[in-house]
Amino acid sequence: MAKEVRSLVIAGNGTNCEREVVAACRLAGSEVADAVHIAEFLAGRVKLADYHFLNLAGGFLDGDDLGSAKAGANRLLHAPVAGGGASLAEQIGQFIDDGKLIMGVCNGFQLMVKMGLLPATDLNYQRQSCSLTHNDCGRFVDRWVSLQTDSDSPCIYTRGLEGIYLPVRHGEGKFVVDSDTTLAQLEAAHLIPLRYADDNFSPTMDYPANPNGSVAAIAGVCDPTGRLFGLMPHPEAYVHYTHHPRWTREKLPEEGMGLWLYQNAIGYIRENVV
Amino acid sequence: MPCRIVVGLKDAVRDARGERVKSEIRQHLGIELHRVRTLDVYTVDAALTAEEIEAAARGPLSDPIIQQVAIDRPLAADFDVLIEVGFRPGVTDNVGRTAREAIQYLTGRPFAAGEAVYTSVQYLLNGQIDKAQAEKIASGFLANGLIQRWTILDKSELDPQKGVPATVPKVDSSSAPQVQKINLNVSDEELLQISRDGMLALNQTEMKELQAYINNPAVQASRHEQGLGAELTDVELEALAQTWSEHCKHKIFSAQIDYEDEKGQKETIDSLFKTYIVGATRDIRKKMGENDFCLSVFKDNAGVIRFNDDWSMVFKVETHNSPSALDPYGGALTGIVGVNRDGYGTGMGARLIFNTDVFCFASPFYDKPLPPRLLHPRRIFDGVIEGVEHGGNKSGIPTVNGSIQFDDRFAGKPLVYCGTASIMPSTLNGRPCHEKQVQVGDHIIMTGGRIGKDGIHGATFSSEELHEGSPVTAVQIGDPITQRRMFDFLIVARDRGLYNSITDNGAGGLSSSVGEMAEDTGGFELHLDRAPLKYPGLQPWEILISEAQERMTLAVPESKIAEFMQLAREMDVEATDLGQFTDSGYYQCLYQGETVCYLDMEFLHEGVPQMQIPARWEDKQHQEPDLGERDLQADLLGLLGRLNICSKESVIRRYDHEVQAGTVVKPLTGIANDGPSDAAVYRPLFDSFEGIVTSHGICPSFSDIDTYHMMACAIDEALRNFVAVGGNVDHVAGLDNFCWCDPVESERTPDGAYKAAQLVRANKALYDYCVAFGVPLISGKDSMKNDYQIGDTKISIPPTVLFSVIGKIEDVRLAVTMDVKAPGDLVYLLGVTADELGGSEYYRMCGELGANVPKVDSARALKLYRTLNQAQQQRLLRSCHDLSDGGLAVALAEKAFAGGFGIAADLARVVGASDLDDAALLFSESQSRLAVTVKEENRQAFEALFADCDLALIGEVTTEEALVLHRGSKLLLRTTNGQNKEAWQAPLREL
Repeated sequence: MAKEVRSLVIAGNGTNCEREVVAACRLAGSEVADAVHIAEFLAGRVKLADYHFLNLAGGFLDGDDLGSAKAGANRLLHAPVAGGGASLAEQIGQFIDDGKLIMGVCNGFQLMVKMGLLPATDLNYQRQSCSLTHNDCGRFVDRWVSLQTDSDSPCIYTRGLEGIYLPVRHGEGKFVVDSDTTLAQLEAAHLIPLRYADDNFSPTMDYPANPNGSVAAIAGVCDPTGRLFGLMPHPEAYVHYTHHPRWTREKLPEEGMGLWLYQNAIGYIRENVV
Repeated sequence: MPCRIVVGLKDAVRDARGERVKSEIRQHLGIELHRVRTLDVYTVDAALTAEEIEAAARGPLSDPIIQQVAIDRPLAADFDVLIEVGFRPGVTDNVGRTAREAIQYLTGRPFAAGEAVYTSVQYLLNGQIDKAQAEKIASGFLANGLIQRWTILDKSELDPQKGVPATVPKVDSSSAPQVQKINLNVSDEELLQISRDGMLALNQTEMKELQAYINNPAVQASRHEQGLGAELTDVELEALAQTWSEHCKHKIFSAQIDYEDEKGQKETIDSLFKTYIVGATRDIRKKMGENDFCLSVFKDNAGVIRFNDDWSMVFKVETHNSPSALDPYGGALTGIVGVNRDGYGTGMGARLIFNTDVFCFASPFYDKPLPPRLLHPRRIFDGVIEGVEHGGNKSGIPTVNGSIQFDDRFAGKPLVYCGTASIMPSTLNGRPCHEKQVQVGDHIIMTGGRIGKDGIHGATFSSEELHEGSPVTAVQIGDPITQRRMFDFLIVARDRGLYNSITDNGAGGLSSSVGEMAEDTGGFELHLDRAPLKYPGLQPWEILISEAQERMTLAVPESKIAEFMQLAREMDVEATDLGQFTDSGYYQCLYQGETVCYLDMEFLHEGVPQMQIPARWEDKQHQEPDLGERDLQADLLGLLGRLNICSKESVIRRYDHEVQAGTVVKPLTGIANDGPSDAAVYRPLFDSFEGIVTSHGICPSFSDIDTYHMMACAIDEALRNFVAVGGNVDHVAGLDNFCWCDPVESERTPDGAYKAAQLVRANKALYDYCVAFGVPLISGKDSMKNDYQIGDTKISIPPTVLFSVIGKIEDVRLAVTMDVKAPGDLVYLLGVTADELGGSEYYRMCGELGANVPKVDSARALKLYRTLNQAQQQRLLRSCHDLSDGGLAVALAEKAFAGGFGIAADLARVVGASDLDDAALLFSESQSRLAVTVKEENRQAFEALFADCDLALIGEVTTEEALVLHRGSKLLLRTTNGQNKEAWQAPLREL
């Protein structure tokens, strides 16, 4: 099977959504979709290079004890790999250079931002320029949100999508930037493929449609290649109509809107990577 | 030299935590502050270079975009008073642990023994306050003195160079380990004193039993061989006290009870548990025959029933009341992660799929004086909810079902019920996964967290009422991440067949876990000095009974030890070999090679004498009140705003109820995702549409009239919630969780015989209704001392049983929700309405109790529920909602506003209406009733199906968003959806 798409979720130390992300990847057509515990990487038995699509899943890495995903980012940067192999951070760098795809959801998005993988406006994947911090309401919140997409964005995942509807489930989802310049760069380069929106799919700063007070209503960002993407809402949580909170009262297609993001990613890989 | 790293937000970044603290200080204490800001402090007590400290501070410990850092100097400026809150020595500090791990990754060097990172939080207060008020804020809101310490400085007291002086809450470990001997050949009075002083919670008969054991010449001889003296050691006495505790042995449920009813009829009950609970399940399973879906009942940490050919479902509900009374956050967090271990530790292990939680509190708006040592109900509310939030969310387990009951008697003891369902393959490596068997020679392996003094005497403590000397060590703080790592490891070990048996370390710690597992082989040898400790200085008996969290005990065969240990190391989980299971017949513990405990297994497990409890039921001659003329419209709005009825959305949204992507019917539903679902429907497998349904019933307010009917109503409520969404009433099992006030007559409990009779009656109903409905009981728990007693003040909770159910729905796509779907649909009421307002929410709102408690007709109900299942299979229902607190009017109001359409109904058509006054018609809490809506085109099919049931077409769904209820031509009430929803949402919206 030369053309098979291989998807991966790194699990362990508090990731929680690895099973449903694997299920979403399979449903979207990935021939291989594995949840692999980080111990397998640190033991040197599994390498990122064996995969095309890296998913960093939702959860509470190390309990988010030092701030969301902080301790997790530190582990990827510094944990030694047995036999002196390349660290996970180095393997991720190579993965990006190889033109492969990375999607971070919720805690995975926080992890990417805090490692500097996103938004990497200057393609420097090691400098943090943004962050995700406590929701303005000061609390964890689970609710469904409407999201506006940007058709001019290079983001591979949101290609062809108009508005989407997904759940958020987080306490630290407020997107902030280090400077107005960064925000201007994000806007100019269309690196904000997803924004929290009202019922008419217009971006909003109003709670609860914007559940955390993110600047510019940012719900997700991508890097300039569009191959790296992170978002607070959970696409893996809406891949079938029975995930929708109103499926008992609305006529809905079999496939959920979250699945589209995975289909786009896997379609791209099939055409460009494998 | 310990160093302090202070991390704070940059000036331009909003401090959401500080803002929340400010508003909560106002709500809790009525103190208005101008501003509150927060700083995080890491006190690093480890040999690190200045460069390493700097790298840690700028690396994992802070975020360069939003935070600033100071090392050994203050960040605090421009404040009036500063409060810094940190932990007391030995209290679990999860953030400190994570910080230590992060620094180790950074330096590539592990911390030396005794080195650690300790965390604290600085609150910078601005406003008109003095240090006395700050003290009140610290002790009354920010900190819990049982587990935390604090420093208060005003602006003039802060050293501008050095900041707050470093405090290192290191455990002082000067005491050398030693084993004490206890002479039991003393007077009866002194025996009781030994029990009281040692927090053993053993009564005089039990102490005498120990005295007789130790004086037995055969026992003396066997002890002599082991080099033990003629007196029990403290290790032995503690092991016995744990094993014989009410918490572990359920002495009240096993007691012989002499019951006398109101007519003077007497009967003797030999164990409530065996007679009514085990008895019901036995009789039901016999009747089910080949269709028996029970796989493992009562014998394991949780009950197991069949899901399908390939999978089995596991369910357990626990309470964590006493710890939650002392430290609501830690107690509740520990409750949820603790019941998670029960779920995992059943059979060979099961993957956790969802949590449930039910709380019983006093009103958070309670404004009367509180007796000493009780926390304000608002603090309990906030702390418990946050604890369960962190426990569930961080563990990645969705909280799918729950409720909150309010009664001011729960100020004496809040009830915190935490449930967990899990799923296991029906067979594992060729054997049933729900079975396990320790083999002689297997190693005793402890995995997960380390042992500290936390939770010492938890089992015996919860077997007593809350009193002046309740120990601080009974409080623990859970650590979801350590536990998560352990579960990730154990499921791999399970699938590779690396162990023979597993159980969790809960109440009683190693003493209980190893003791219970050793019943398979008939003995064990445990080396206490090999156990990994959080800090030195623990006595051998403390190691044995500590309830430090996040630990499982496993039986690993010799041939698998190396592979098991290697896997644990790779997955960053601590695993320690503590000894072996034997067939010696003895419970043997050693410390540094010397035997310090040598007890006959049979005596330990079977020796506890049966209690004798008198129970006398009295007819309390309750009366129905005369309420006169009332404004029914105002009454409906009043009921919708009652704490027991109103929306719990502010709590529900703090719980992740969708992680794992299986929640098909969520806790909130309807057009605006905010209507109250009756039950949860959960799809556990991605390759099948078969689902699990869970729901519960709880109605303590009926206990004030008759606990028999309280129990019957709780069972019916759970089942009708379950069938409302589509659960198969022929594939459902129950769990009973009793929370009682002390039912043993004594000087302190003069009404014990009545409380015991209440317990007997609840058990009789449990048997009668479970058998009638064909619902086997698979697991349960009792918590029997939910009283507060200090000085002359005694507060006893109302007798409360949570009845939880778990069962099957064949296809989740057939599930039905409670919200009305479209105008023109027909509204039916199923079931009979009777004059049953006794103990109702309506009477309670009017300040009355009444007499006519609802009674359940199980035969009629079961027929109705089975027919409802057929209607669901045929897709005849568009919505279905159970009637409970507040009766018909509340249920219709909820259906309407959840669906975004109105309901117009003529209640004269209700079955039973002719015998009722208007209030009873609207608000009676008669059981086994459901309100459904049906498409006009399905009318004939629907009515034909229900031809033999109690069915009334009462109205239709309207486009006008209002509830309009007539009785014939008379208008009973007319309210808009907007009014109803506002009344229902307002009370707890801001909490």
